[in-house]
Amino acid sequence: MRTGRVLAIVPAHNEAGAIGAVVDEIRSVDPAFDVVVVDDGSVDETATIAARHGAAVVRLPYNLGIGGAVQTGFKYALEQGYELAVRLDGDGQHDPGELEKLLEPLRRGDADVVTGSRFAGHQNGYRVPFARRLGIVFFARLVSLLVRQRVTDTTSGFQALNGKGIALFAVDYPSDYPEVEATVLVLKHRLRLKEVPVRMRDREHGASSITFFRSVYYMLKVTLALLVAIFRKYAVPREEAGRG
Amino acid sequence: MTPLRISIAASIASVLLILVVLELIRARRLKERYAILWLVTGVALLVLSAWRGGLNTIAGWLGVSGYPPAILFAAATLFIILVLLHYSTVLSKLTDESVILAQKVALLEQRLEEGLDARRGAE
Repeated sequence: MRTGRVLAIVPAHNEAGAIGAVVDEIRSVDPAFDVVVVDDGSVDETATIAARHGAAVVRLPYNLGIGGAVQTGFKYALEQGYELAVRLDGDGQHDPGELEKLLEPLRRGDADVVTGSRFAGHQNGYRVPFARRLGIVFFARLVSLLVRQRVTDTTSGFQALNGKGIALFAVDYPSDYPEVEATVLVLKHRLRLKEVPVRMRDREHGASSITFFRSVYYMLKVTLALLVAIFRKYAVPREEAGRG
Repeated sequence: MTPLRISIAASIASVLLILVVLELIRARRLKERYAILWLVTGVALLVLSAWRGGLNTIAGWLGVSGYPPAILFAAATLFIILVLLHYSTVLSKLTDESVILAQKVALLEQRLEEGLDARRGAE
């Protein structure tokens, strides 16, 4: 058990240009943060740079996609006995300065999973392209309807979790574009979800990995997954739950 | 004109296909990623089966004058070819990935043995 330590999980795919600064920034915010960078089959220097900046690095042998990469981080957290974990992206759009806001409800025992929302509370000037905003609003409405709790941002990858949240995601985490389904998973398992408003920065390097056709496919896939999930008795596959 | 019985039978078969696919997803025996093409197939066949006028029109375009349900078989065949082609690409990717995994495990084992030997030698 690593009492008092917080694990920062950073999935990264070809983020050599940003990853060093991200690791440094997290470590400078609070010395109690340990950083694990999950290198999702990068072909650049992401892993080497992350290690040089003091992060633990888990290199996946080939690209698993964001869901598989993030879940690797949760498995690492579980194996290493962390009671608190945060997840933020390797491209620098999540500001480590906001992490304490995310962790606070967990430390108070008010929530099991806390999501940094771009749309909760005040308008914070985060510019999202129209099509993207449409997708975000659509999923927020759909999920709110399905779980009967108001959520404003189901696509945010800026999250903090306690031991319960880590244990759930370590055994069951959706694959591509996982955040929306994960939100439903959390609430179906009767974990307490809380949103806190955060600012997000524009990407420092590279372009978003989501293209138009992929977004249409993701919309279809995730909607299908959400609608089918309502009819599941066991959100976690039974054999996995039994083993856990 | 398509015989009514064929339309009814084909519609029932399409609905069954859709229901089986949905149940497989629910039971977690089929991933959404691989289910979408099957659902598109089911919906397309259902539309062609139930919408009798449409089937006749399409048959007319393609010069099938005698027996419009032939279009139904043609569409089903086309979709099955698409699904199979998709599976071939998935299988190819899986093959590549399992090679990489096997190599990785073998290399890790070698490094582990080497480390253990070195430790035994030092003791």
